[in-house]
This record gives sequence, structure tokens and C-alpha cells, in this order.
Amino acid sequence: MQISLYRYDPDTDESPRMDDLSLELPEGRDLMVLDVLELLKAEDPSIAYRRSCREGVCGSDGINMNGKNGLACTTPVSEAAPRGKLTLRPLPGLPVVRDLVVDMSQFYRQYEKVKPWLVNDTPPPARERLQSEGDRAKLDGLYECILCACCSTACPSFWWNPDKFIGPAGLLQAYRFLADSRDTATAERLAALEDPFSVFRCRGIMNCVNVCPKGLNPTRAIGKIRTMLLQQGI
Amino acid sequence: MVTSVTSFGRSGLADWVLQRVSAVVLAAYALCVLGFFVTADSVDHTKLVGFFGSLPLKLFTTLAVLSLAAHAWIGMWTIGTDYVRRHYFGRAHTLFLAAYQVVCVAAVFVYVLWPLSVVWGDT
Repeated sequence: MQISLYRYDPDTDESPRMDDLSLELPEGRDLMVLDVLELLKAEDPSIAYRRSCREGVCGSDGINMNGKNGLACTTPVSEAAPRGKLTLRPLPGLPVVRDLVVDMSQFYRQYEKVKPWLVNDTPPPARERLQSEGDRAKLDGLYECILCACCSTACPSFWWNPDKFIGPAGLLQAYRFLADSRDTATAERLAALEDPFSVFRCRGIMNCVNVCPKGLNPTRAIGKIRTMLLQQGI
Repeated sequence: MVTSVTSFGRSGLADWVLQRVSAVVLAAYALCVLGFFVTADSVDHTKLVGFFGSLPLKLFTTLAVLSLAAHAWIGMWTIGTDYVRRHYFGRAHTLFLAAYQVVCVAAVFVYVLWPLSVVWGDT
């Protein structure tokens, strides 16, 4: 198989380059892209990428495969490279630490801004804060995010304003707490999102939905935040 | 919360609502004018003056021009703050963005004053 691999070490390289490599894949098996990276690394240990659980839970190995972001561990080679040539690049829009490893500090700063924890100033009950089944169901499709950054780094609004636009991953989590019946900070959360950048930079192009490896829908969550802002503002 | 002194309403929600309301006004105005041209047997200067000179249409034109100004400023401000990036312009970024916004404001100013002077002028 032909592979084009992004290589860059800011400490030693003047600029990034794409290395053309070839690899013999085992017959009759459809490997995951992470398996291909492991085989490449066995031949050249200097290749750098992140990985951990190798089953789509940890979100470590988000990369760009043939132009589309996704998790290397859950993306079959046949799906990433249907025409045979596999092109691997780091997630776009974030500074490269080395090869496929990106600096996710900006992504986490935006995540932190939405205060991704439950806020409830009322005295805690003896055991736990309960929810009805219906209220709990409102969190489905929101809590499953693994923060792989595939969505935010596929979003042009995040590329242009990574310090101001929260990005789809952060906004999905913002709505996860806005929708939580146990959270009492709804007004404060909405007030923090009402400016022209944090939410309203989303143009609804749905790149985030297209690439989410967990099948989540940040665009819908952003629409619901807008509706909540509208209901509060009118 | 990200503050910006040059956005139209200083609020993302206000700009978002205004952009949609102004779009509806502009669409209605375009249909109204198109309707005139489609239904008129012939169009000459006298008929144009008669159509655009009526008070309801003068008010509608004024509303459309102001909607255009708000819609254009919100759109151009968004484009500027997306694409005029510090990454490209370095230290000159703020100066370039300010210059871009001044040019946009001047253009919007002309696009408001010119049609309003025609509609409400003596001719």
C-alpha cells in the first residue's frame, strides 16, 4: 500500500514534508489505520503519533486521513483510502508538536471556558441529586463526547478564531450542562455565550457532524443553545 | 464572553436576529419591486417616479436601505474578523482590520445616503 505521511519536527526541520512510503499489508484483512501506523513505526521508530485504548474510547489518535478527520483506531483502511493511497496528516488548525501529534492546549482552553461541570448551589440531598428518566434522556447524544477534537479541528470557524469561538466540541459540552435538570447556572452559562464569537461564529456547515467518530451532532446542540439564548433574550 | 466594540449590536444574539430580520425585509422588498416590473405593461420614468414616489414605497425603500446597511455591516464584519488574521498580517493585523472596517463603514454610509437622498429628495 502507498502511504503519504506528514513529517515535521519543529526542533530540527525548517518546514513540514510529506514522506511517500510503501507497506506490505497482510492479505484478506482490513486493518485499521492505527494498525498501519504501528507497522510503519516498527520500521521507523521516529514516527510520532498519540494512541492509547485502540478502541475509540480515549480519543487520543484523532488524525486527518485522506482529508477527513477521524480516529485512526476505528477507521478501516478501506474506508479511509478507498482508492488505495492513504494520506495521513495531523488534525488541521492546531500547532504541530511533532509529526501527527498536535498541541491541544487551545482546544482544552475553549472546553474549560464552558465550565464543564455541574453547578448547583442548593444544599445537597442526603444521597444524590436525582433526575427523572425523561430529564436523563435529554443528555443522550451529549455526554458521549470523548474530546478527540476531530470536530473542532474540522471547523473553519475554529481555524479562524480558535481563541474566541468555543468550537463544536466545547459547545456540545456547554449544551450538555444547559440541558441538565440538576444544573442551576443556566442564566450564567447563557450570558457567557451571548457574545458575537463564542456560539454565533458557527455557520452551520456541519463539518463537525460529518467527522464525529461517535456519531454525535454538535450542530444540533449549537442550534438548541441559540434557541435558549433567543428565548432568554426576547 | 468575548467582547468586541465594532460588532453591530455588541451582542451575538442581537446581530444574529437582526441579520435574519433584515434578510426577510430585503426579500420582501425585492419581491415588491420585482412584482412591479413583472406586472407593469411598460416601464418609463413617469411610472417609476409614480411607483417609487408613493409614501408607502418611500417608507418601504427606507426600511430596505437601513436593513441592507445592517445586514451588510454584520456580514462584512464577520468576514473581516474571520479572514484578516494575525497569522497572516503579524503586527499590522490590527491596523489592517481597522482599515478594512473603515472602508466597509464608508461604503455602507454611501449606500445609505445615496438611495435615501434619491427617494426623499426634491426630484
